[in-house]
Amino acid sequence: MRPHFEEGGRFHSFKSVYDGFDTFLFTPTTTSTSGTHIHDAIDSKRTMIIVVLALMPCLLFGMYNVGYQNHLACGMTTFPFWHLFFYGFLAVLPKIIVSYVVGLGIEFVVAQWRKEEIQEGFLVTGILIPMICPIETPLWMIAVATAFSVIFVKEVFGGTGFNIFNVALVTRAFLFFAYPASMSGDQVFVAHDSIWGLGGNVADTFSGATPLGEVATMAGSDASMHLTAINGAELSNWDLFFGLIPGSVGETSTLCILIGAAILLLAGIASWRIVLSVFAGGAVMSLVAHLTATPTYPASFLSVEQQLCLGGFAFAAVFMATDPVTAARTNTGKYIYGFLVGVIAILIRTYNNGYPEGAMLAVLLMNAFAPLIDYCVVQCNIRRRMKRAKVNA
Amino acid sequence: MAEKTSYKSIILNPLSQNNPVVVQILGICSVLAVTAKLEPAIVMGLSVIAVLAFSNVIISLIRNTIPTNIRIIVQLVVVAGLVVIVNQLLQAYAYNVSKQLSVFIGLIITNCILMGRLEAFAMSNRPWPSFLDGVGNGLGYTIILIIVGFVRELFGSGTLLGHQVIPQWCYDHGYQNNGLMILPPMALIVVACIIWIQRSFNKDLQDK
Repeated sequence: MRPHFEEGGRFHSFKSVYDGFDTFLFTPTTTSTSGTHIHDAIDSKRTMIIVVLALMPCLLFGMYNVGYQNHLACGMTTFPFWHLFFYGFLAVLPKIIVSYVVGLGIEFVVAQWRKEEIQEGFLVTGILIPMICPIETPLWMIAVATAFSVIFVKEVFGGTGFNIFNVALVTRAFLFFAYPASMSGDQVFVAHDSIWGLGGNVADTFSGATPLGEVATMAGSDASMHLTAINGAELSNWDLFFGLIPGSVGETSTLCILIGAAILLLAGIASWRIVLSVFAGGAVMSLVAHLTATPTYPASFLSVEQQLCLGGFAFAAVFMATDPVTAARTNTGKYIYGFLVGVIAILIRTYNNGYPEGAMLAVLLMNAFAPLIDYCVVQCNIRRRMKRAKVNA
Repeated sequence: MAEKTSYKSIILNPLSQNNPVVVQILGICSVLAVTAKLEPAIVMGLSVIAVLAFSNVIISLIRNTIPTNIRIIVQLVVVAGLVVIVNQLLQAYAYNVSKQLSVFIGLIITNCILMGRLEAFAMSNRPWPSFLDGVGNGLGYTIILIIVGFVRELFGSGTLLGHQVIPQWCYDHGYQNNGLMILPPMALIVVACIIWIQRSFNKDLQDK
């Protein structure tokens, strides 16, 4: 079968596709013939698979939550588990398919054009994109945004591993700035239509803002901060932690995110330094905001644990900031990078009522600064060692 | 020496091979600022053509009498005078567009393309080639402005020159204008795409 795909073969234009699927399941038969090579059990394909596995709790819970929010919005009183889950599954699946088809399609074409192997990076990006978008985002918008960020953020810089910014987050940022009406407000975070008889149709006048969106509208009110679910019931901190609240598909449940974090940290893929310092930075900034709370910026009344559980903060800390390609590489740099991501995320969220989702912008901003942080850390280290060398001499 | 180069190449070279925006990367700020709609982009382009061509001619006429030490000041005075005239004309005959362009007509004075052409061409060439050079470079600039303005207005507002282009049934089926196209970053990306396309056709412009 292989000869058909080699240079001059009939299906040469599909060589990269063939290679990609061939090595996806099997180890290639070609071996190196010279030099010493060290093999590790972990290569980028396995890394990506583990990240996808770590995302599964969030994704499955997100599907269930999509169904739950829809039932809640319709005023239903019973919540049969499989109905909710299956409804969410049907609502989320098209988005996953669109994101993979568009992104992988571009990757395949570019790989063939450059005569390179297909890179695995999109396996993770493709599942992240539907998870960080509101459930009501139209499919064509996801397609346009995915194409934009794969081409302009990844391929023009040289493909997987060379991108400066996190591809999935740029997709979301593109959607956020290009189609603000579909990415924020009180209509987009709850699925509105019934699918195949499951779920119900939500009335047009229904309002289902995320807790953070709800907070942002309270400008000028006093310190009595009561977060409410979409049916008006009050939300306790445990509700925010377990995540049965409106929000983008995968980011609502802090519990599931922590399960994913445990998988990533045990497998040694995500850097615990980054995860820890993002939460530390977020906690410090929330504390500062909470101590100096003013009615002009209602989000400053949120307590530290509410800030860390709400919105995309935890998701960004575990799955976005730790992206090894766009984060800082040096150990000291990782602490600085993570801490600043945490601080800036809470800073934007609290002091700009128009951008309740600060975590996305914070990670993108720090992506741009990560090489600078690394440079400074390396230069400091060199200078310190030079000084030591002179003292000894 | 200038008389030897054909007039045709003086006017055609800046259109593509030596385009002031996408090859020399000059005047980017105004490309970002005025291209959110097509109409101001065209007016801006015409204004730059006029200012560039006539300032080239004037500087070329007095090039032998300008003391070298203060040549930049003299060039600035000439350009500023022409820009004021253009600005007054626009305010008189195209008030709405002139309001949209606001300070950017005034900022033609600081447009790098003008200083570049005055220094590099008009100071050492006779008036007629200088005039052609000004028109050519102005045209090169205008073409890029029009392309960027076309793309940004089409996808950002769904209109061209203020007329609805994307049909209503698209909106009824869920199409939305791309708000990012109105913001300056997208102008930069559109310019980058033009550079990309242009260099893939002109092999000699590619970096080694």
